[in-house]
Amino acid sequence: MRTLYQFHGGIHPPGNKEQSTQCGIARAPLPSKLVIPFRQHAGAAAKPVVRVGDHVLKGQLIGMPDGFISSAVHASTSGTITAIAAQPIAHPSGLPDLCATLIPDGREEWIPHAATDYRNSDPTELRRQLRMSGVVGLGGAVFPSDIKLRPGNRKIDTLILNGAECEPYITCDDMLMRERAAEIVQGAEMLRFMLEGGEVLIGIEDNKPQAIAAMRQAVAESGFSFDVVAVPTIYPGGSAKQLIRVLTGLEVPSGKLPTDIGVQCFNVATCYGAYRALAHGEPVLSRIVTITGNVRRAQNFEVLLGTPVRDLVALVEALPDTDRYLMGGPMMGLPLSSTDIPLVKASNCIIAASDRLFPPAPPALPCIRCMRCAEACPADLQPMDLFWFSQSKEFDKAQQFSLFDCIECGACSYVCPSHIPLVQYFQFAKSEIRAREHDQQAADHARERHEFREYRFEREKQEKAEKLAAREQAAKQVPAASANPADAMQQKIQAAIARAREQAAASQPKNTDHLTAQQQAEIAEIEARRAHIHELAKSADEPPDDHGESHS
Amino acid sequence: MSALFSPFISKPDTVSAIMLRVLLALLPGIALYVWHFGPAILVSIALASLTALGTEALMLRLRNRPVRHFLGDNSALLTGWLLALSIPPLAPWWLVVVGTAFAIAIAKHLYGGLGNNPFNPAMIGYAVLIISFPAQMTHWLTPHGLGPVEFGFLDQLKYMFAGALPPNVTLDAVTMATPLDTLKTRLHLDEPVRQILEMPIYGRLAGQGSEMVSLGFLLGGLYLLAARIITWHIPVAFLGTLFAAAGIFHLADPTHYAAPLFHWFSGAAMLGAFFILTDPVTGPTTNKGKLIFAAGAGLLTYLIRAFGSFPDGMAFATLLMNICVPLIVLYTQPAVFGKKDKRP
Repeated sequence: MRTLYQFHGGIHPPGNKEQSTQCGIARAPLPSKLVIPFRQHAGAAAKPVVRVGDHVLKGQLIGMPDGFISSAVHASTSGTITAIAAQPIAHPSGLPDLCATLIPDGREEWIPHAATDYRNSDPTELRRQLRMSGVVGLGGAVFPSDIKLRPGNRKIDTLILNGAECEPYITCDDMLMRERAAEIVQGAEMLRFMLEGGEVLIGIEDNKPQAIAAMRQAVAESGFSFDVVAVPTIYPGGSAKQLIRVLTGLEVPSGKLPTDIGVQCFNVATCYGAYRALAHGEPVLSRIVTITGNVRRAQNFEVLLGTPVRDLVALVEALPDTDRYLMGGPMMGLPLSSTDIPLVKASNCIIAASDRLFPPAPPALPCIRCMRCAEACPADLQPMDLFWFSQSKEFDKAQQFSLFDCIECGACSYVCPSHIPLVQYFQFAKSEIRAREHDQQAADHARERHEFREYRFEREKQEKAEKLAAREQAAKQVPAASANPADAMQQKIQAAIARAREQAAASQPKNTDHLTAQQQAEIAEIEARRAHIHELAKSADEPPDDHGESHS
Repeated sequence: MSALFSPFISKPDTVSAIMLRVLLALLPGIALYVWHFGPAILVSIALASLTALGTEALMLRLRNRPVRHFLGDNSALLTGWLLALSIPPLAPWWLVVVGTAFAIAIAKHLYGGLGNNPFNPAMIGYAVLIISFPAQMTHWLTPHGLGPVEFGFLDQLKYMFAGALPPNVTLDAVTMATPLDTLKTRLHLDEPVRQILEMPIYGRLAGQGSEMVSLGFLLGGLYLLAARIITWHIPVAFLGTLFAAAGIFHLADPTHYAAPLFHWFSGAAMLGAFFILTDPVTGPTTNKGKLIFAAGAGLLTYLIRAFGSFPDGMAFATLLMNICVPLIVLYTQPAVFGKKDKRP
């Protein structure tokens, strides 16, 4: 029996998972239209490599990864591309994003694809293959998996498979583990191979006994020495950092990555995706989605990416009082602005909602500092203080009190007896701080450029003055030596040579010679600031803080 | 209106329900109060409730806040009840009205209303009364069976509202100094503690009758703990410190210092430990901070009782510790996940 650890806080909302685990995973029928966004992953959107009117095969690349943090996008079925345009997607901003519209031809005609013998392959090539197969974190964070598999500065001792699935209502990982455990286990071995070893822990919350049994059996049959660990059911126990804590007792330091403490974490569905990509050469074209809530028959479906939500909810018969749909769970999900929105790699759950299912919270009262939020916070924060600072726009104070360690799990809002939408205050404060930092950097940059321009004017003025002085000096010397005509000639020649030399020297980029101490100090200061900006730019390019598979 | 943001589910818990359960937890103490001292306290509580709700409504209206929305939160009612339980039940009617109105209007609403007041409103009300009307604040009822005359409910009402006593009855015959007060005055007369406690007003642990009321508040407090409305930190740290301080002095000099249990069951110690110091708005928001806050209050309560000029120190100890709350909270911040060394 493995020693398990606890994290502070957490809540026990009603699970509501039984509804969608009565039947197995069904395949959703082919929709009449697919809308495939080019950004279904964290990082830069993929670059379209097909044109309107092109006929594409199932699995054909339609979006090329563009940049370090990016991933590929594929045609989910065979058919014709009829549009490449901005369309509404599931995003908190409500802004549309670039999508390809694909009208299926109904033939499901695959592009040629083949398995890879991963054990005899170079891990770099395997990572490239995952990137080109569009394998990203399917727990919801959709961070490109190939980046998480790159060798870091530290060896990975522990690979954790996240099958916790702590959010109420969601059961897609549960059902996947029950039905496709062997593939998940094979996928985990592939990821372990790419990470070059280490133990493998599979963390599953103890409210999923069937999934635990299926995974244990699959591990036993595979002969791998993986450990399937039943972890206590508590929200947000499926958040990567919290699960790592429970399984290993380690805390990922604030602002660091799990790899910094020798741990890497993947969602079980991501393992399954990696397995399909390497063992069958199939890119990620579909995912398992729980469709539940205010419906007659909740169930999990294997859904082609790009399927509009409308087609999915038709499968489960939403009850008449359904008035909205959520993507994701009730704790961290997003209300959808329309049912035209397509299903993407991040969509683990669609919940039909009504006021009966999710009664509207009573109007908020002031905070009475009852500490229930602090008792529930899995990051050991003091939400009531952060709320106070966010509300009064004391953003520096909020940052000082570790605002950016908030994982926005919603546990504080859940327990608040005053019904204050705490998470929204924290999201607001975070975005304000980010905007201010951006403005500050832009202002620094502008000031730097202005200062350099001033310096350049000053330098040119000085150079002109020096040149003029030198010329005057030369002119004074000429009459004194004019007694001998031959000498005078010689002197003229010498003077011309000197002038030419001077000009040549001036035209060479030797601007920094012979400067005053003040000018040199100015240059040094500007160089230092530039180096600082470079640092900042570099750190901004690095992968963001939490690219774990959060909150499945 | 349906929620636009996650989470879309929440615990069915409201400020109003929490306050209501605190009010319910006061009932055992109140019942024992009525049993031992007669129903006058109920009149005080009713007066305090009406004044609290009226003042709250008036202040909300003056501050342009939704009256109905806030009036239902039960917080003003709780302030009124706690104040009524802190002052003598036989005090003239206007005493509890003035105290409650001051607590709600000045100590609560002038600082921004619910959630924003730095000082415990009920204790501010108490402090104002004991400083402004010290004489009326000594009209504590004699428990049943101890006074020379039986003072009925109608007589009590007549005195509270009209200041009239029945013929041939003096005020001294129906009221008495509190057990804490008596102890203090007698100690000044160099009587030993043991001899003082043999007086008929004392019971097994502390004052006859009042010790039972304290026991009632202790019961209610245990309910609050069981219902997870309060945590153990404040009652344990407060009662522990009070016990330790009283114990040290008692062990050193039992003729001049009463035993720790006497202090636990005298005055407002139990009410303070479970109902007053645990006010979330005016207390610290860290567990370590709660321990420091309540230990400080326990020590101050003992020092005021033993060496100060007021018989009980609960109110002043609470207010003095309320002042320290921001500092305590700042220096007791818990370590954030992944940040072992955290000092904002």
